Amino acid sequence: MKELTAFYQAADNPGALGRRITRRKILGTLCSYAPEELIHAAGYHPMRLFPSGSDNHLTRNHLQAYCCSLARGVLADSLDGTLDFLYGTVFVHTCDTMQRLSDIWRLQGRYRFFADVILPVRFDTRSAQNYLMSVLERFKADLEADTGTPVTPEALAASIRVYNRIRTSLSGIQTLNTRYPGIVKNTDMAALVKGAMIMDRETAAGLLEKLARQLASAVTALQTSGTVINKRIFLSGSACDMTGLHDLFQQIGAVVAGDDLCTGRRWFDTLTREDQAPMTAVARRYMHRSTCPAKHRGLFSRAELLIEQVRQSQADGVVFVLLKFCDPHAFDYPYLKAHLDGAGIRSLLLELDGTRDITGQTATRLETFLHML
Amino acid sequence: MTRTMDTQPQKIAAAKKMRDIMTTYYLDALSAAQNNRQVAWITSGGPVEPLVAMDIIPVYPENHGAMIGSAKMGEDLCGKAENLGYSADLCAYARADIGCAVAGGGPIGGLPKPDMLICCNNICGTVLKWYEIQARHYNVPLFILDTPVCHTRYYPETARYVKAQIREYIQFLETVTGRKMDMDRMTQVGRLSLEAQKLWQQVLKTTACRPAPMTAFDAFFFLALIVTLRGTRTAVDFYRELLSEMEDRIARGIAMVPDEQYRLLWDNLPVWHRLKWLSDRFAGHKACLVADTYTSAWCGAIQYIDPDHFLDSIAQAYTRIYLNVGIDQMADQVLEMIRFYDVDGVVMHSNRSCKPYSFGQMDIMARIREKTGIPVLMLEADMVDPRSFSEAQAETRIDAFMEMIRYRRPKKPQPGDLPAGLPAGGKT
Ligand code: SF4
Ligand code: SF4
Repeated sequence: MKELTAFYQAADNPGALGRRITRRKILGTLCSYAPEELIHAAGYHPMRLFPSGSDNHLTRNHLQAYCCSLARGVLADSLDGTLDFLYGTVFVHTCDTMQRLSDIWRLQGRYRFFADVILPVRFDTRSAQNYLMSVLERFKADLEADTGTPVTPEALAASIRVYNRIRTSLSGIQTLNTRYPGIVKNTDMAALVKGAMIMDRETAAGLLEKLARQLASAVTALQTSGTVINKRIFLSGSACDMTGLHDLFQQIGAVVAGDDLCTGRRWFDTLTREDQAPMTAVARRYMHRSTCPAKHRGLFSRAELLIEQVRQSQADGVVFVLLKFCDPHAFDYPYLKAHLDGAGIRSLLLELDGTRDITGQTATRLETFLHML
Repeated sequence: MTRTMDTQPQKIAAAKKMRDIMTTYYLDALSAAQNNRQVAWITSGGPVEPLVAMDIIPVYPENHGAMIGSAKMGEDLCGKAENLGYSADLCAYARADIGCAVAGGGPIGGLPKPDMLICCNNICGTVLKWYEIQARHYNVPLFILDTPVCHTRYYPETARYVKAQIREYIQFLETVTGRKMDMDRMTQVGRLSLEAQKLWQQVLKTTACRPAPMTAFDAFFFLALIVTLRGTRTAVDFYRELLSEMEDRIARGIAMVPDEQYRLLWDNLPVWHRLKWLSDRFAGHKACLVADTYTSAWCGAIQYIDPDHFLDSIAQAYTRIYLNVGIDQMADQVLEMIRFYDVDGVVMHSNRSCKPYSFGQMDIMARIREKTGIPVLMLEADMVDPRSFSEAQAETRIDAFMEMIRYRRPKKPQPGDLPAGLPAGGKT
């Protein structure tokens, strides 16, 4: 599938791509809650930032060792110039670490544009929804002030359509993979999602639609080929760029049948409605999409959704992939695990330090877990 | 080598009274159920005044956490939470509280069970997760007061949102208690709260005098009342008494650190399990920690409070507190304190437990160095969990830091002093 190449290229070397993009100014984002449709509609290229993995000594003057590798990693990339292709960055309020990273980043003043989108912490009240709407309006005004042109409802509606095409295709591919495990390699799926967060969105939308169609027609062939169904696992957790982990799953014959990662399903689930005023629709999606543990929408919503998603994906077990020092996820883990236990779903906790290579010990634990399933 | 203190510092008489008040308060709280009173657990930065006005007993898990730390029970209780699956990297207040709720124990045998939980995220995101956990554990209603962080500004939409939530908060309390809020009483409580905060501020400011009549270590102790009982007459009366004792000490030239030579500013939460140790260490160097950024947070938003429109004005007062602003604003406040208290150095507690307080400290440190040139010490520790603290390492670093301070500003020679350049030891 040659369409895959573009996604791999973007995922493997966002910097190279970033330096080639000249048509739109690039705004880096750090979270799946970033209002990408607005950024896109204002004429910028939204690009999700992933640590390149070269944590360097420069961060030591800004962040202590007990900070998560995601925050440290992107800051390292900024300080050493790796991200110099950025025109600006958009921070979204989520966890304490991001809150402070935003301050540190703003004070560095390395890029032309900077914005904090200070979302409400909860998505279940009328007052929070009203506030959210004002926050998005303010952000839109910030973008407009920078470009000098208004973001029209038509432009926003067009961006919503592009994003919905990406979401629909990625969900479709994931659903196919649930039904016919292994139809997409784990590593390919990961590259598709990550690549789509980085590359030009229209291009991504077009290629993903094509891929989804190809895969759907390949299904008939696959159905009859009698492929052995491997163990299916569901990944739950933080923002993860775990090339090493996906390779490992591939090697030991496990299919990632679903996930709720910030760098995965949480980014592409839930469409923005196209039959509402575009700004309202963007705000509504926040209220309805699956919540990150740094946000609140009920005391049991995450556990209930997790169990539902695990069942839908027909996974044999759940692997929690948490980044070390990531507080919101670490707080939720015991309760999520208890609910999985209660539902008879087995789980394993992997705490990762953010390096892409997976240690032998992790590999062994994972293999043992798979055998148990 | 020994450098003992010349004289034992004269103790603060109000300390006993404070202990008595706190004992009564905890006894009241622990017997709330027998007395048909309701208990609300509330975060330390949350608006307690409506609870006081509705005769609900506020209980502070963070204050309990501090007690656990001081009683050196942190390791044990945190360990209990870790056994339940909570990561050892999480805030130790939360871990200790969760450990205590599930397994029992602690210095006062655990907190009284809550009838409701009030979580205000103006201090951190940790409290949201922590209170969700307790709401599930105790199966009681949770009210979340969301105070969006003011990185650079307090926006009109933030004001509208928080004001709306203050109204929701009152409705929540009325629903849970089945009683109406008495607005006259609310106004009265608001006035008492403001008065107590002003008195607390005056108490803290007394240490601008040389020698300082108390230290930040004393402030850590006397803080408990402004946290737990603000809005009550008790707090106002107590701080008035404390203030007059401080004024008296100043008049009589009574120092808390005998022969005070150097003045320091403390940043971040106290290291509860090493208060005495740290206090002795610095006193051994004739250094007085005259002020801190932590205890002053409970009087840092006075300018926003309007006693005539108390409920509306606290939206701003509770949103624009020290931790809920950008680190550049925090640095400005630190610089202001450095000037006001005329300090020779800053001790920053890099607190593994508290990410919003600790991340950004290095940038603040760089600003202090750039703007004032005074030495800054970064001390690695944790407020409650002793496992991430090494006395030996801290000692070496404190000694080196004090050496730097002495080098920058040699004290006036005193009879019986050690020759300059020799490392100054503590009490051996
Ligand atoms: S949510 Fe977790 S992984 Fe993401 S920035 Fe915060 S601490 Fe780091
Ligand atoms: S110590 Fe810090 S992280 Fe813990 S509850 Fe207090 S403010 Fe939050």
